[in-house]
Amino acid sequence: MKDEPEIRIGFYVCHCGTNIAAMIDCQAVARYAAQLPFVAVSRDYKYMCSDPGQELIQRDIKEHALNRIVVASCSPLLHEHTFRNATEKGGLNPYFFHMVNLREHNSWVHSDGSKATAKAFAQIRAAIARVPHHKALEVLQVPIHPDVLVVGGGIAGIHAALTLANAGKKVYLVEREPTIGGHMAKFDKTFPTLDCAACILTPKMSQVKSHPKITLWSFSEVVKLDGYVGNYQITVKHKPRYVNEDLCVGCLECIPACVFKTPKFPDEFNQNLGKRKPVYIPFPQATPQVVLIDPEVCLNLKTGKCKQTCVEACGDRQAIDFDQRETFDDIKVGNVIVATGFKTFDAHRIPQYGYGAFPNVFTSLEVERMINTSGPTSGAIVGRDGKHPDTVGFILCVGSRDEKTNKWCSRTCCMHSMKLAQLIKEHCPRTEVYIFYMDIRAPGKGAEEFYDKSLRMGIRFIRGRVAEVTDWAVTPEEEGRLVVRCEDTMAGFVRRIPFDMIVLAIGKEPQADAQDVRRLFNMSCGTEGFFLERHPKLAPVSTFTDGIFIAGACQGPKDIPDTVAQAGAAAAEAMVLIDQGHIEIEPNTAHISEVDCSGCKSCLPLCPYTAIAFIETTKKASINAALCKGCGTCVAACPSGSITQNLFEDDEIFSEIAGVLAYE
Amino acid sequence: MPDKPKVGFYWCASCGGCEEAIVDLAEDILGVLDAVDIVFWPCAMDFKKSDVVALPDGSIAATFLNGAIRSSEQEEMARLIRRKSRRLFAFGSCAHLGGIPSLANLFSREQLLRYIYEDAPTLVNERKNRPQLEYEDEGHTLSLPELRHVVRSLDQVVAVDYYLPGCPPTPKLAKAALTALLEGQLPPPGAVLAPDVALCNECPRKETKPTTLAFTEFVRPQQKLLDPKLCFLAQGLVCFGPATRSGCEAVCPQGGMPCSGCFGPTSRVKDQGAKMLSSLCSNISSKEVSEINRALAGIPDSVGTLYRYGLAKCLLRRKVNLPGTGKD
Repeated sequence: MKDEPEIRIGFYVCHCGTNIAAMIDCQAVARYAAQLPFVAVSRDYKYMCSDPGQELIQRDIKEHALNRIVVASCSPLLHEHTFRNATEKGGLNPYFFHMVNLREHNSWVHSDGSKATAKAFAQIRAAIARVPHHKALEVLQVPIHPDVLVVGGGIAGIHAALTLANAGKKVYLVEREPTIGGHMAKFDKTFPTLDCAACILTPKMSQVKSHPKITLWSFSEVVKLDGYVGNYQITVKHKPRYVNEDLCVGCLECIPACVFKTPKFPDEFNQNLGKRKPVYIPFPQATPQVVLIDPEVCLNLKTGKCKQTCVEACGDRQAIDFDQRETFDDIKVGNVIVATGFKTFDAHRIPQYGYGAFPNVFTSLEVERMINTSGPTSGAIVGRDGKHPDTVGFILCVGSRDEKTNKWCSRTCCMHSMKLAQLIKEHCPRTEVYIFYMDIRAPGKGAEEFYDKSLRMGIRFIRGRVAEVTDWAVTPEEEGRLVVRCEDTMAGFVRRIPFDMIVLAIGKEPQADAQDVRRLFNMSCGTEGFFLERHPKLAPVSTFTDGIFIAGACQGPKDIPDTVAQAGAAAAEAMVLIDQGHIEIEPNTAHISEVDCSGCKSCLPLCPYTAIAFIETTKKASINAALCKGCGTCVAACPSGSITQNLFEDDEIFSEIAGVLAYE
Repeated sequence: MPDKPKVGFYWCASCGGCEEAIVDLAEDILGVLDAVDIVFWPCAMDFKKSDVVALPDGSIAATFLNGAIRSSEQEEMARLIRRKSRRLFAFGSCAHLGGIPSLANLFSREQLLRYIYEDAPTLVNERKNRPQLEYEDEGHTLSLPELRHVVRSLDQVVAVDYYLPGCPPTPKLAKAALTALLEGQLPPPGAVLAPDVALCNECPRKETKPTTLAFTEFVRPQQKLLDPKLCFLAQGLVCFGPATRSGCEAVCPQGGMPCSGCFGPTSRVKDQGAKMLSSLCSNISSKEVSEINRALAGIPDSVGTLYRYGLAKCLLRRKVNLPGTGKD
């Protein structure tokens, strides 16, 4: 500061309409600021973020020879950029600007105007004490690699990959299951239009497979991510499927040839309702159309003793490879879209609903497979006792809106259950279908009409949370059936209703390994475990790590249209970066003074972005500014104070604290 | 013979080790004695306060003062010496940072006096006599200095020109400071006369320090058979090397003991103990509260470990138990 001209601060307090002015006396704040050290201009204005507000700053910089700007308004998240721009347009380095949050940190959270105004005085005193220490900083530019990695091959990942590829971008789509398609591939029809899920999904799946711009890696997982926005280095593990993907033509001749004459092992794709062989393909339209061998049950892989009739059937194609091992690919991409989806609630966790205890209690996803003509029962609704049910009861909010399990609404179970109920009615109109609900949530296009249709079709709705499902009959009519005990809150009494089949509408949860994925991609999770978006309204598919985007149910429960919309949004966000060709990196980064560093290595393991390296030639640590996100962890931990962070230097922070404390 | 520069040595609240450090200059001290005129050194020679009072203000070229300031007498002497000396050197950790005596700032004066004169297990003082500031005996009034509420570093009482860090400063640093003084080669005032890089930089064990410390426990030297070559932190010992100014040539680590931080922080650090704590805690491997607590239990006296030499200069200064705060 010694060689710089005298500090002249321009101070502006924003009314934000009445958002700030209703609680804080903005004129008093401006008068208070006017008499603080170095303040040359102090004003209050209705909307600082408006064009006239910004022009005010620019004009004052010139007319009053200002060299520091403080705006007291809303959150820096919203308008720091706006005011930095205005500062720059006024001819100053944008980092000579500092922002005070009088709205979120003050007017919105207080109810006593005079105390709020006093707090505002302390807040601006801190900023005005800090801003003289600000230095001119330069923005770093980093080039963006044009390729994109999409993680997860459900409808979100498929849509994001196709959108990008159709725009000419190279995409790697990594799916950990043997086929893409995700949950949607398991659905029979989709609400509220009741169009066939496979009919709309499978064309997209085959487009993915055949698209020249998409590299599809199924049965693969991302195991490592290094680098930073625009320059991610990624390692993908390919799990052995014991079938050479390049040689397999998808003729499926190996499956009937397997030494197991009949399917014997639980079929995961069909929710274990059906059986499959050790060599199998998850479902007829699986993409890629390549079989795989389950090493847990394959005779040859387990015992080494098998006639290998599958190899014989494969013949000259020689696609079956029992010696296949894990392989790895290293790729470089500029952006990543994480679309890892959700898992369904485990209904065993609510024992009073009898899942696992009573054979005829099913989950909604099991019934979904059953009702699908390509499913284990070829579309027939059959209990585990082999009988067609005359009465079916749906219990909603199983693992949703429940203090004991998951507090959130899973958003689709009402519509999903009504869809299954309608399909059951269509397949077998005489079936009595009841839906036990707390609230029917049918927002969205065509949803309320769908609810109306359910009512018109004679589906009965009973409002009340079900207490239990029991086989303890008290009347002859209940004998041998499953009785739902529930308070009918509309009728005002407790009911017992017997059913032949119970369907639990299970909620959506974060994937079991969501925390690992979160760490792998440097993301955050909300309290419920879904990946956290940067802003719930204005940056719904961005994360706090630049170049990492999220789409679909990994961000929170949602239906197919919302998922597809998010996937498109994530693809568009990635394309913004790709087409810009470079990204500007905020200069609030940390740097190590090589002279001062003792090479104690304390900082090295602490960096969450692996931005710090130990330089063997100098025996000192060094920070890669492009990787640094300015979290400050190393700055706080450097025992010799040799790491400083732009915009958070000791002088700046201590004078800010002194400023707050100086206000009585 | 032209006048040789006048030099003084004085001690306040200290153990006497700093005086030894001057004597540790060994034969080099003879050169010093030749080059300067010692006008005040009560520890080694017979000087009285009146000798200093008699000197004109600013007539002493430099005084090396060791020890913290905790009594009215020390405060008075520090002020007197400041007035008489053109340059004042805070010599050693106590004058520099408050030193071990400043750990007394964890207690109020009343707590200290009660313990020393009433509660200490080795004490025989049935009448619980305490020293009085004034005492009449046979018509004479005897007086004692008053103990202050807070122990302070020298620069918290008078302006200090240079700091010689260390408990005590090494002879090499002391000699370098004297030489610089005599040759007029001193840096601008306010400087700590030791390199501004942390000790790891010159520690022979630095090479063996792993990239990831990942502490699972902390041990003290007597609890473990120590590897004589391996970085102490890698062995789970709290070594202050990363947070401490270098210049001692790592005497303690070379002698088999971890650094305890006597040279104080680098110029860039405001609070040495907080920095070390931040660094240690950040490098604890577990993220589980119970595991972290278990590891930290290996540092039984955290204030005494982290602020062994610098409690007077700590941002928090002292425990809030001054008279009038209601927490005495």
